[in-house]
Amino acid sequence: MPASERDFTAPTVQLLTPEGELRATPEAEAYLPLIEALDDATLQRFHRDMTVSRRLDVAGANLQRQGQLALWVPSLGQEAAQVGSAHAARPQDHIFPSYREHIVGMIRGLDPVRIMALLRGTTLGGWNPEETGNFHLYTLVLASQTLHSTGYAMGLQFDGATATGDPDADAAVLVYYGDGSTSQGDANEALVFASSYQTPQVFFIQNNQWAISVPVSRQSRSPLSLRGGGFGMPGIRIDGNDVLISYAVTRQALEEARAGEGPTLIEALTYRMGAHTTADDPTKYRTDAEVEYWQQRDPIARYRTWLESRGASAAFFAEVDEEASDIAADVRRRALEITVPTREKIFAHVYSEAHPLMVEQAAWLDAFENSFDGGAE
Amino acid sequence: MSAGIDEEVRVTDVANGASGLDTPSDTRPTEAAPSAATPPVDSPAPEVRGVHTLSMAKAINAGLREALLGDEKVLLMGEDIGPLGGVFRVTEGLSAEFGEKRVLDTPLAESGIVGTAIGLAMRGYRPVIEIQFDGFIFPAFDQITTQLSRQTVRHDGTLSMPIVIRVPYGGHIGSIEHHQESPEAYFAHTPGLRVVSPSNPHDAYWMIQEAIASNDPVLFFEPKSRYWPKGPVDLDHSGLPLHASRVVRHGTDVTLVGHGAMVATLLQAADIAAEEGRSVEVVDLRSLSPIDYGPLLDSVNRTGRLIVAQEAYGNVSIGSEIAATVAERAFYSLEAPVLRVSGFDTPFPPAALETEFLPSPDRVLEAVDRALAY
Repeated sequence: MPASERDFTAPTVQLLTPEGELRATPEAEAYLPLIEALDDATLQRFHRDMTVSRRLDVAGANLQRQGQLALWVPSLGQEAAQVGSAHAARPQDHIFPSYREHIVGMIRGLDPVRIMALLRGTTLGGWNPEETGNFHLYTLVLASQTLHSTGYAMGLQFDGATATGDPDADAAVLVYYGDGSTSQGDANEALVFASSYQTPQVFFIQNNQWAISVPVSRQSRSPLSLRGGGFGMPGIRIDGNDVLISYAVTRQALEEARAGEGPTLIEALTYRMGAHTTADDPTKYRTDAEVEYWQQRDPIARYRTWLESRGASAAFFAEVDEEASDIAADVRRRALEITVPTREKIFAHVYSEAHPLMVEQAAWLDAFENSFDGGAE
Repeated sequence: MSAGIDEEVRVTDVANGASGLDTPSDTRPTEAAPSAATPPVDSPAPEVRGVHTLSMAKAINAGLREALLGDEKVLLMGEDIGPLGGVFRVTEGLSAEFGEKRVLDTPLAESGIVGTAIGLAMRGYRPVIEIQFDGFIFPAFDQITTQLSRQTVRHDGTLSMPIVIRVPYGGHIGSIEHHQESPEAYFAHTPGLRVVSPSNPHDAYWMIQEAIASNDPVLFFEPKSRYWPKGPVDLDHSGLPLHASRVVRHGTDVTLVGHGAMVATLLQAADIAAEEGRSVEVVDLRSLSPIDYGPLLDSVNRTGRLIVAQEAYGNVSIGSEIAATVAERAFYSLEAPVLRVSGFDTPFPPAALETEFLPSPDRVLEAVDRALAY
């Protein structure tokens, strides 16, 4: 069969149309009860979090342009994929991000100024996952975290911390990565280990169509969701710009994982409306028409339309906009107050236990720097 | 040298014929000080387990068993380490005793093994990984150098990475490509890792337990050509901390330093030199990162000459680092430049040529001659 005639397709599961109508695709109908179970406050929270995420993107990009950050990593356009899936996790779950999931961290309790510290170059990590709702550190080497998350999920199994039948106690692991990362060996080895050990785990691929400048077609000839089946686990392709389906499918997969039914792979189709990072120039590799296409599928606009159709007031949206602006302004203010760490930070914690080179070199650097004190006028 | 276990002492103790290797013990490595304090009145006297003659493979097996008994968070991970007991049988019997949840035959993917071990360590486990052969560690190189080595600093010290990676390494076994390599320098070059290599069964028994007890990641290089020769193992006294080097033969004319299988080569060279009337001191490095320079510098200050020997490629090697450091710190004691005897800077050759590639006693003695000629 010629390559052009081979059929590798997967349905895209969707609840909310780009026009903002709740109209489940056939594969999505089973998820409707999960949405019907959500109260108004939670549904409003989805909008609020997506709005905060987008507002923070503006603040982050501005800080970078003003020389206050080494880099900013936008998530513009990916708000629904991130917000829906993040709300699907329970407090006891562990989340392993890539490096673009700022709002996911905030939903878990991370102060976004810690992300600013990382991108401002004052730390290599920035937070303690035990204090941030089990939201683990960003990992900058693509797909490395997929294996860590699988190992962590294996540990949950070995501890008996999952699959006991108590969904309020049983823990699962949610790991984020992107379409580019799916080509890494580690991403594939993680699927092998997860399937082999039947880990309580959800692999959440944000397919934002571009790995910096290379389109997803270079990573895969077929829908990435099909890779789940190849490794022996369900693979589901969802409309990643639909916050409701992102929530519902992730929720279902996590519940199955915590019940001992093994891992699931989710491919969320979305679009990186902004640049890869502030060091990128997307006008060099993609067309205005493509950006326009995705603008019409904007995750926040469609969700707002739906909330309005359910009676959300203009006052509510104005309130959210104001809150988002306040949060962004506060993060900006505190980001500018981040101070340069003292030089002990170079050597502290490279090892957990005493190490002679750390002691010697820290002492040498101290002596060297102090030799200038009161030296040259 | 405090409580150094030289050959004579160990042979004497073995002759006394103690037994008890198979008896479980709650003695933790860190508490097994050479000069044990008098136990509290209420507790039973510590069991004396004595000195046993074991191969290094059996000694590591016994050390792993102690670690598995002592801490339920210790896990073994690797390829073929379960019912088979590993291709070198170092984990023989452990799967049967501790079960497949403590001794994991993993999928065949080194990066996957190390990466999942990192996740397990985040969960509080202490994974001990076996890389089947030295040349197969490189698929895991990224996880080891960019992830494992940095988790503690990235977490500002709130997270430890107590992972041990056991690597059978080195030549002398006539094997095929990628099965006789000495890649230790790559890891010694990487901040955040510790790197050690025992040269004898006694050290192997204790160092593996100390490595597992360490809260930092430890690359544990096992000289596979030394797996089979037997030696005395004192099951009651470790003798030295994990990162200490040790003088294993005293001499006055020149110092030889090496690690792993090379120590046996250096002792052979010293024997030959003695027949020629030369007194050679031999230092067993034991720890490659950090390096314990104390005994080495002390030795060089007495002999004035140093030969560094290693199976690894010489270019940018452990030997290079030692040569530079000793030149800096013992400059006025040196009567000759520090000389290196290494594997050549080529891929490890076909096994038929390995005896010419690997430093032999004669090649070490050639360097001794050069050093003494200055």
